[in-house]
Amino acid sequence: MSSRRRRCKRQLIKFTQHIARLISGTLKSDNEDEELESTTERYQPENLEQLQSQTHFSRQELQLLYRGFKNECPSGVVNEDTFKNIYALFFPMGDSAKYAYFLFNAFDKDQNGSLSFEELVCDLSVLLRGTTEEKLNWAFNLYDINKDGHITKEEMFDTLKSIYDLMGKSIHPRLKDEAVRQHVRMFFQKMDINQDGVVTIDEFIDCCQKDENIMQSLKIFDNAV
Amino acid sequence: MAAGVAAWLPFARAAAIGWMPVANCPMPLAPRDQSKRQDELIVLNVSGRRFQTWRTTLDRYPDTLLGSTEKEFFYNEETKEYFFDRDPDAFRSVLNFYRTGKLHYPRYECISAYDEELAFFGIIPEIIGDCCYEEYKDRKRENAERLMDDQEENKDVKLPNMNFRETMWRAFENPHTSTMALVFYYVTGFFIAISVITNVVETVPCGSTPNQKDVPCGERYTVAFFCMDTACVMIFTVEYLMRLFAAPSRYRFMRSVMSIIDVVAILPYYIGLVMTNNEDVSGAFVTLRVFRVFRIFKFSRHSQGLRILGYTLKSCASELGFLLFSLTMAIIIFATVMFYAEKGSSSSKFTSIPASFWYTIVTMTTLGYGDMVPKTIAGKIFGSICSLSGVLVIALPVPVIVSNFSRIYHQNQRADKRRAQKVQKARLSRIRIAKMGSSNAYLQSKRNGLFNELLYLTGSEGEELHRSKTTSLLESQHHHLLHCLEKTTAHEFVDEQMYEQNCTENPLQSFPSQSPSLSSHEGFTSTCCSRRSHKSIPLPNSSMSTTHTHMHSQGLQELSAIDIQCVEQPCHGTSRSSLNLNPNEKSQLNNRAQQITTAIISLPSPPPLTSDGVGHGPPNPPATISTTVSSNIVKVSAL
Repeated sequence: MSSRRRRCKRQLIKFTQHIARLISGTLKSDNEDEELESTTERYQPENLEQLQSQTHFSRQELQLLYRGFKNECPSGVVNEDTFKNIYALFFPMGDSAKYAYFLFNAFDKDQNGSLSFEELVCDLSVLLRGTTEEKLNWAFNLYDINKDGHITKEEMFDTLKSIYDLMGKSIHPRLKDEAVRQHVRMFFQKMDINQDGVVTIDEFIDCCQKDENIMQSLKIFDNAV
Repeated sequence: MAAGVAAWLPFARAAAIGWMPVANCPMPLAPRDQSKRQDELIVLNVSGRRFQTWRTTLDRYPDTLLGSTEKEFFYNEETKEYFFDRDPDAFRSVLNFYRTGKLHYPRYECISAYDEELAFFGIIPEIIGDCCYEEYKDRKRENAERLMDDQEENKDVKLPNMNFRETMWRAFENPHTSTMALVFYYVTGFFIAISVITNVVETVPCGSTPNQKDVPCGERYTVAFFCMDTACVMIFTVEYLMRLFAAPSRYRFMRSVMSIIDVVAILPYYIGLVMTNNEDVSGAFVTLRVFRVFRIFKFSRHSQGLRILGYTLKSCASELGFLLFSLTMAIIIFATVMFYAEKGSSSSKFTSIPASFWYTIVTMTTLGYGDMVPKTIAGKIFGSICSLSGVLVIALPVPVIVSNFSRIYHQNQRADKRRAQKVQKARLSRIRIAKMGSSNAYLQSKRNGLFNELLYLTGSEGEELHRSKTTSLLESQHHHLLHCLEKTTAHEFVDEQMYEQNCTENPLQSFPSQSPSLSSHEGFTSTCCSRRSHKSIPLPNSSMSTTHTHMHSQGLQELSAIDIQCVEQPCHGTSRSSLNLNPNEKSQLNNRAQQITTAIISLPSPPPLTSDGVGHGPPNPPATISTTVSSNIVKVSAL
């Protein structure tokens, strides 16, 4: 009851203020309660030596990466929208929002909604210079949307659908809904050894290490920086 | 590709590792960075002022001068810098474009100088950022109009070989070209004035005969006025017919405003001639005389100011419309209120709402005739509110109209709102084309890229990779990324046109599969995906369009033949195997196709994309996929 009364009182005060402003002819422009607090989130990464020790990159490579990164994000952090825009530039034909969202969550280890340079560069060093087991670990993390250690069929379907969405509409053969489910089934057939409907990290790593194709393709980006 | 993309490309490529476990085919090889040089500083000397930037910054836009090898022409060996003999101030914006990805237009810069700089450095002005684009377009338009005005003044040069008709038209449009034209101009002006004065004087009561009321002059001197009218109308008719004859496009002339005014001016006379004897329509005849006053509009050919006024009103049509609309709304509201307020008082003039309209209009325009006056207190209050609001509503659109008039007066121009819309549409379509160009560039380079990969594989490692002029390292990396995506999802990008085509064709039709010329491409034949690409090379001995149904069975046989081929041959899993296919085996393949009849509709691997044009084919056979067969093939080939 009292909250209603308080609200009523507040409205009344606002109304009288409004009338007073009307009568005295003051301009409406400076509303104190609508002041925008400029939230300038500025973030500085750790220094170069520390990053060098944490990652497999050389000093020059880190410099190059950071210069490019800072140019794009002067504030020092990447948020999800920027990520989405970047991916939209890379894959203009399709809809990259969902994939960017999954990728963002995979990169964002501490789940604080923004990516700092360290998070990016650590993951990058794993992906480009790490062992195959680390790479597979990262991939598993990507597919495991709720990060519970299992990949269920739904999670796989969502991930695969987002990857297919990157292609867009003008593809051949025309994408059918069944195709993605088919792909999911094939994946589970391959990876789910004990056929319990979920894929755990060990099953995943085991199966991938046995597959020559996958091992081969994990190495193709090794010279990306 | 935009600058932003370049910085993020390593991240996107690294993230592509996430596709690897779910892909069923091996990935294409990454483009190699042959010249892996350290990022170096480049010095750009622009008329003495030195700018320095990283090489990679300039490489972001490979289709501009600074981003391509074209800048090598400006390299100065002694000082080890690039020298450009251009304006350093304008160069600042150009270089900032490379740094930030956004092109800005500085306000102090002359528009044509800026355009020249952009053209020199190979940057299209359409990518000017939204913050500066409006300014840029306005300045450009002003400039263009000014130039066009200068040109129009030189338009009166008499061309040789103008025939009589063209001369006449020129004389009509521009009286200063010859003496005859000038004489004609003044004569018609004089007669328009005479005609208007006649119309006016006709109605003046002049001299009363003793036992009669005042008669207007028109009825007193009927004959004189009739002669005057006839003379004027004859002159106007002759003038109209001459203009009609001389007009280059008669249809357009007849639709123009001035000719309509001419017609309306002379028509009542002729109609009057025809209908004088009928008493019933004499009322209508009198009404027609009103239209004679339109003759005064003929003066607009003689007066620049009248024309400008006309243009102003036309260009402010929306403001005038708004004024009218808001006035109408206010009138209705206040009339209703006044009517109900005054209903109570006796002997009130406000008999109905439409009757109150008159009061409202007179009050809102602050005329205040006083023939209708509110008597109740409520009526008076609302009446005062009405007059106050009238002032406001009428005063609001007036400054817009005034500024419009002054602008038109100073520049003497046509309606530019229409042109602004067209420019916006053109700009958007250009940007869209540039965006589509990137995806088309990918499809284009796929065809080129495979040649390169082939050369890379078969040829010597030391040979320089023949990269086409337009594909930079960044672009090739971007294309490689898209290629990986295709492989992961086992679908392919096509143009939009081809996609439309495929949608309309019968999906059940099959099409000829790989041709013997497989060997010329990277051997994905030995590796299998679950789908087959439709971009297959047409069989050399078949024509796609006519023999579709015939191909059906043949196609299937081919498929299965290649299946068997796959199973039989020990596949090395990579490209080398296909390269070792002899020509003999190729023809054997074909022969075998005719003999074997199998029922397996299995889908072998996609052939690599052709480098010579695209095979238009109908899409895949429907999803009667025997997945077990394909997975077997996968296992076998992955030795």
